[in-house]
Amino acid sequence: MWEMNKLELSKSKIEQARKLAQSIVEPVQKYIDHHTSMTVERTTLRMMGADGVNSDGAPVPNIIVDSLKDKLGYGVAKYYINALIKKGMSVSELNDAIAKGLDISKLELSDLKHIKEKGDSLVNNFKATVTKNVKHRKEKLEKYKKNINSPMLYLIVATGNIYEDVKQAQAAAIQGADVIAVIRTTGQSLLDYVPYGPTTEGFGGTYATQENFRIMRVALDEVGEKIHKYIRLVNYCSGLCMPEIAVMGAIERLDMMLNDSMYGILFRDINMYRTFVDQNFSRMINSYADIIINTGEDNYLTTSDAYEKAYTVLASQFINECFAYKAGMPARLMGLGHAFEMDPKMKNGFLYELAQAQMAREIFSEAPLKYMPPTKYMTGDIFKGYAMNTMFNFVAKATDQKILLLGILTEALHTPFMQDRYLAVENAKYVNNSIADLAGDIEFKKGGIIQSRAKEVLDQTLKFMSEVKELGLFDSIEKKMFADISRHKNGGKGLEGVAEKDASYWNPFEHFLKGELKIKK
Amino acid sequence: MIKAYGDTLNDGAVQLSFTLPVPNSKKAEEAALLYAKKLGFDEVHVVHSSALSDNFTFFVVYGKTNMSVDYDNIVVEDVKSSMDFYQVNDFIKKNIKRKVVVVGACAGTDAHTVGIDAIMNMKGFEMHYGLERYPMIHAHNLGSQVTNEEIIKHAVKVKADAILISQVVTQKEVHIHNLTEFVELLEAENLRSKFIIIVGGPRINNKLAMELGFDAGFGRGTFPEDAASFIVEKIVERGIKH
Repeated sequence: MWEMNKLELSKSKIEQARKLAQSIVEPVQKYIDHHTSMTVERTTLRMMGADGVNSDGAPVPNIIVDSLKDKLGYGVAKYYINALIKKGMSVSELNDAIAKGLDISKLELSDLKHIKEKGDSLVNNFKATVTKNVKHRKEKLEKYKKNINSPMLYLIVATGNIYEDVKQAQAAAIQGADVIAVIRTTGQSLLDYVPYGPTTEGFGGTYATQENFRIMRVALDEVGEKIHKYIRLVNYCSGLCMPEIAVMGAIERLDMMLNDSMYGILFRDINMYRTFVDQNFSRMINSYADIIINTGEDNYLTTSDAYEKAYTVLASQFINECFAYKAGMPARLMGLGHAFEMDPKMKNGFLYELAQAQMAREIFSEAPLKYMPPTKYMTGDIFKGYAMNTMFNFVAKATDQKILLLGILTEALHTPFMQDRYLAVENAKYVNNSIADLAGDIEFKKGGIIQSRAKEVLDQTLKFMSEVKELGLFDSIEKKMFADISRHKNGGKGLEGVAEKDASYWNPFEHFLKGELKIKK
Repeated sequence: MIKAYGDTLNDGAVQLSFTLPVPNSKKAEEAALLYAKKLGFDEVHVVHSSALSDNFTFFVVYGKTNMSVDYDNIVVEDVKSSMDFYQVNDFIKKNIKRKVVVVGACAGTDAHTVGIDAIMNMKGFEMHYGLERYPMIHAHNLGSQVTNEEIIKHAVKVKADAILISQVVTQKEVHIHNLTEFVELLEAENLRSKFIIIVGGPRINNKLAMELGFDAGFGRGTFPEDAASFIVEKIVERGIKH
């Protein structure tokens, strides 16, 4: 770990901010601990192997949970396991039967001891799958260590057709990408189910489905072997099916997930109670499967001015960190986000960007920070855009960011041409090589613009977080304190899918994950 | 007559970059040169080539062209383009002097919120912010499968200036029935003149919308600022109320 204090930030202020984050998150966590949701239950079913769709395309996990709507508070696991026992079927036989109309909510419950034993064996199956994936990833990363860029170069594919995505992803890997994100279709986050099978349609991306995950994983493994690299695969663990996407990623060996504790509430109008419950379970799964999360602080800066509202990024990073710790996540998996979005016309804008990035580096010293490129001020002047991307790459390398979403010179114009991605990679490689050891050589003038700016942002963050603490997180969101948008506690999508846990709530997977991740009751 | 300007008047110098689907080689460079010539360039120089992958090569090419255009005889129509995010907010501040209230929903049985979300949600679409992000607009997204009655009731309650109806599903002309019913309901309750009503969707166009009694219709490729510009200008045109 690289302990540093080039900005001479006050340690006690940083500690104070973490304490504030604790006080902000704890009341929410209390709520989370006592509630479950339809997608959390569907996730549990998926962990047991529930999968497939009926003739109308309704996923088996949805069919089951819908039939047990009034029993969510007890946990649906026992009903599925009970059906396995009562029917003497294998998991896939039971899935078929449910898809064909078997209603497992009607079966009489067998004795709990028997159910629990069966539950343990299903947990072990899941454990074996994920353990194998984690081991495989570790081995490949170790084997090809020297070929992986730092920061990792992250490129996006978004053709709307998984088979086209595969071609573009393989080409991007050959061009030098370390990480490939497959964009999913606009609006999937608002679906309360996960579509099934390979898909070849969508707006600005295709659906995130388990089959699409598998297809892309195979393709990236294949190209990775050819170029002696392990290519990391990313998708979107957000929206109404957060934890279901997480479990699909854990099974299909995704390596990173976009996963923010509040993004859905603010930017997709998903109910806050639902989001908080869902993000917790999804993060437990990501933690167990050793998947790096990418948080969405960049979104705050597309909403508001990056200079004025820089403190909202830092505050969100503290809150995201705290929620992640509550889900048992180690800091090394927290890809806290931020973005290079200051107005290029601003005098000394570069210094402020450098201050912000360095501040994140020093405060979250173990986190694989995710740095997002300029988008807001990109225009049709691709030459200017390319220059801005160079400045962005410079900040990233000079402050030791870990995950670099590459800026594309045609950002504001169209989906990237093949040469646009190539130019983006070349730009980053040039900067990374040319200033390879600058971060270790550089220090900042005492009391200069950069140090002063970082102090200012930290102070503003403390003030802001104190206000949030006073109001409580739920009310703060209602009162427009985040991203200038108000979301009502009972508004947004998905609240009807939240249920209070009964004292007899039983979920062997939650129990297992909490044990593995050493989460205190 | 005018030509591109490199460093001398009428030299016709142009800079190009493109990719050809062939491996990088001498032959590929020759192909790039011939290609540029076919595009109408003389004195072509392939100044750079690099492999994008095994089968694709990127080129930077300079050439000169004899083509010219008669500038004096060019006539352009003054197409009124939409205001952008900042201009819309400034326009409201200057001309309306209060927040504009907009209600949006996927009406009837339609559950496809992609369109209304692209227009309404903070996040917007392709980096065009949604109406919720406009400081001078108060946007209410009612979501999907909202009945016409509910939409109107809500619009009255929040004193909406404009109502946006999204219709994605057009099977069996279901959208026509629904949109007609919406206008009839407004008229029956004597509310038609109170609101600017707009319909949007991939198969909607302005002509259809006008025929159905709407103020405007927006189809594929519409961004939030297009709808916002129309609304704020229409408010001023009609005279500002409340």
